[in-house]
Amino acid sequence: MKILVAVKRVIDYNVQVRVKEDGTGVVTDNVKMSTNPPDDNAIEEAVKIKESGKAKEVVAITVGEEKAQETVRKALAVGADRGIHVKTESTIEPLAVSKILQKIIEKEKPDLVFMGKQAIDDDCNQTGQMLAALLNWPQATFASKIIIKEKTLEVTREVDEGLETIETNIPSIVTCDLRLNEPRYASLPNIMKAKKKPLEQINVSELGIDTKPRIEQIKVVEPPKRKAGIKVASVEELVQKLKNEAKVI
Amino acid sequence: MSVLLIAEHDNKEIRPFTLNAITAATQIDQDLHVLVIGNKAEPVVKSISEIPNVKKVIHIDNEIYENYLAENFTPVIVKKAENYSHIVCSANTFGKNLMPRIAALLDTSQVSDIIKVISPDTFVRPIYAGNAFATVKSNDTKKCVTIRPTSFDPSPTTGGSAEIVKADAEESTLLSKFIKREEVKSDRPELGTARIVISGGRGMQSGDNFKLITAIADKLNAAIGASRAAVDAGYITNDHQVGQTGKVVVPDLYIAVGISGAIQHLAGMKESKVIVAINKDGEAPIFSVADYGLEADLFEALPKFLEELNKLNTIQK
Ligand SMILES: Cc1cc2nc3c(=O)[nH]c(=O)nc-3n(C[C@H](O)[C@H](O)[C@H](O)COP(=O)(O)OP(=O)(O)OC[C@H]3O[C@@H](n4cnc5c(N)ncnc54)[C@H](O)[C@@H]3O)c2cc1C
Ligand SMILES: Nc1ncnc2c1ncn2[C@@H]1O[C@H](COP(=O)(O)O)[C@@H](O)[C@H]1O
Repeated sequence: MKILVAVKRVIDYNVQVRVKEDGTGVVTDNVKMSTNPPDDNAIEEAVKIKESGKAKEVVAITVGEEKAQETVRKALAVGADRGIHVKTESTIEPLAVSKILQKIIEKEKPDLVFMGKQAIDDDCNQTGQMLAALLNWPQATFASKIIIKEKTLEVTREVDEGLETIETNIPSIVTCDLRLNEPRYASLPNIMKAKKKPLEQINVSELGIDTKPRIEQIKVVEPPKRKAGIKVASVEELVQKLKNEAKVI
Repeated sequence: MSVLLIAEHDNKEIRPFTLNAITAATQIDQDLHVLVIGNKAEPVVKSISEIPNVKKVIHIDNEIYENYLAENFTPVIVKKAENYSHIVCSANTFGKNLMPRIAALLDTSQVSDIIKVISPDTFVRPIYAGNAFATVKSNDTKKCVTIRPTSFDPSPTTGGSAEIVKADAEESTLLSKFIKREEVKSDRPELGTARIVISGGRGMQSGDNFKLITAIADKLNAAIGASRAAVDAGYITNDHQVGQTGKVVVPDLYIAVGISGAIQHLAGMKESKVIVAINKDGEAPIFSVADYGLEADLFEALPKFLEELNKLNTIQK
């Protein structure tokens, strides 16, 4: 079995994101970037499956500018065998990413494709489902547990009502929740070794896909600020304020 | 222009967020049709036909639609989409799972999780866990949009009399199979629509200690929320998680107990009307969004809070 894992480079989740004054986006210069957190879970799961002997190869793929490679290198350092970097100029939409991944999948023919459930920059939560549609594959989204069976996967999904279990045919797309596993850290020797693992670069223009954005970003602004609150000295004061001032209880 | 809204329901009742999505949909265009895909979902069809702004209810009935499987829902929706300018549904786990599958087959770039309709093609949506609001314009001819339910009021449920039409099912794709759903039933209000929410974080230290929260929730008729850390630690089930990767809540009153206030948590609650924070660390970021902050040990503050609430002779429910 072969598993393809899609990893995206995003602003690190610890960074306090700031909106640019001219309203064209958020500040990314000199800002720490990392792998999109649930994509780390996706890699971890794939590597674990390989370690259990159920998969032969784990391939990590990213779509993005030159530096996006770092996320593939990181995936290689925690156990992926090989990397693919599809080079694009600027940010591209989930629909375009899914078309690019579709092309690569037609060539690579993986049995499973793991991705994050949501990118924490655009918060779109779309790419996995779109890719599944384009390939006419099943989709197991928001996965917190994956069991590999003979020709199917049994996946526990986190849904609003609680947990749902579905079975999908293989090949399948799985989008991972943070609770799926505990991603490992890359050890220094493994980071060094990863530098020698193969990383193929493909220019998006070679794929013959229209990746032009369909959505125009008109402006980006800061959300309205909450007005400063107060500290109360006691529980009595709190209850009194909630009752008489805020009138919410 | 017409809008097709995909209803969420359990074959008996309409799920509440569909009502919020209906409000947003009518702001896009007045010609609103609702698609009910289900198995013997006649009661749902009937109640939706009574919603004032709905012009038509399209009912597709088949056993294969007993449970939501995006693989089976998508082909019928894509077929119906032909006659519409917009396909919309709520941005909860139902809509998040389903809509992108539809959008991809319609070759449309989806606009996720909108909080405001500016015009039929322009919307506002939060990005970066709500740290920025983006105004975006969709240039696709057909638009697929998911709606953040808490940003729109629920529509009224009576007074309308929409036409009901039946449409044909498609074959099952057989790509996936529903096995089970473990639902945590409670008599408390739903987290997404409750007027008051009280949430516990890692500071609660154990699942057992959540009974301090439960007692107050019972008193205030509140829903119970949690931080991801509390869910990860196994104190409470995942359906209680509030935040960027959990649920978004906008209650009149949100009480955060033993929660530090990471941006990912704030993303799910900072639009609440009144926020209370109880935390023993005076520097915790949660205090920066709290209207009323109480720097205290929760194990002393919560029992006292309940005691004070018990003293009040009137509590709004
Ligand atoms: C991609 C991503 C998505 C995420 N999504 C979410 C999400 O949707 N929702 C979410 O909540 N988090 C989310 N997180 C996690 C988030 O970053 C924080 O780790 C989490 O919110 C912390 O939970 P907490 O505040 O309960 O725990 P902590 O940060 O550990 O805070 C515990 C607090 O309890 C206080 N405390 C301890 N004991 C007491 C006491 N006796 N009395 C009073 N106060 C006490 C402490 O002072 C502290 O402030 C996400 C993280 C990532 C990377
Ligand atoms: N540019 C990209 N390169 C690789 N994977 C991506 C890219 N964009 C999105 N993904 C994958 O799709 C998931 C969901 O992203 P999104 O639909 O943007 O929320 C991410 O967690 C990644 O696994």
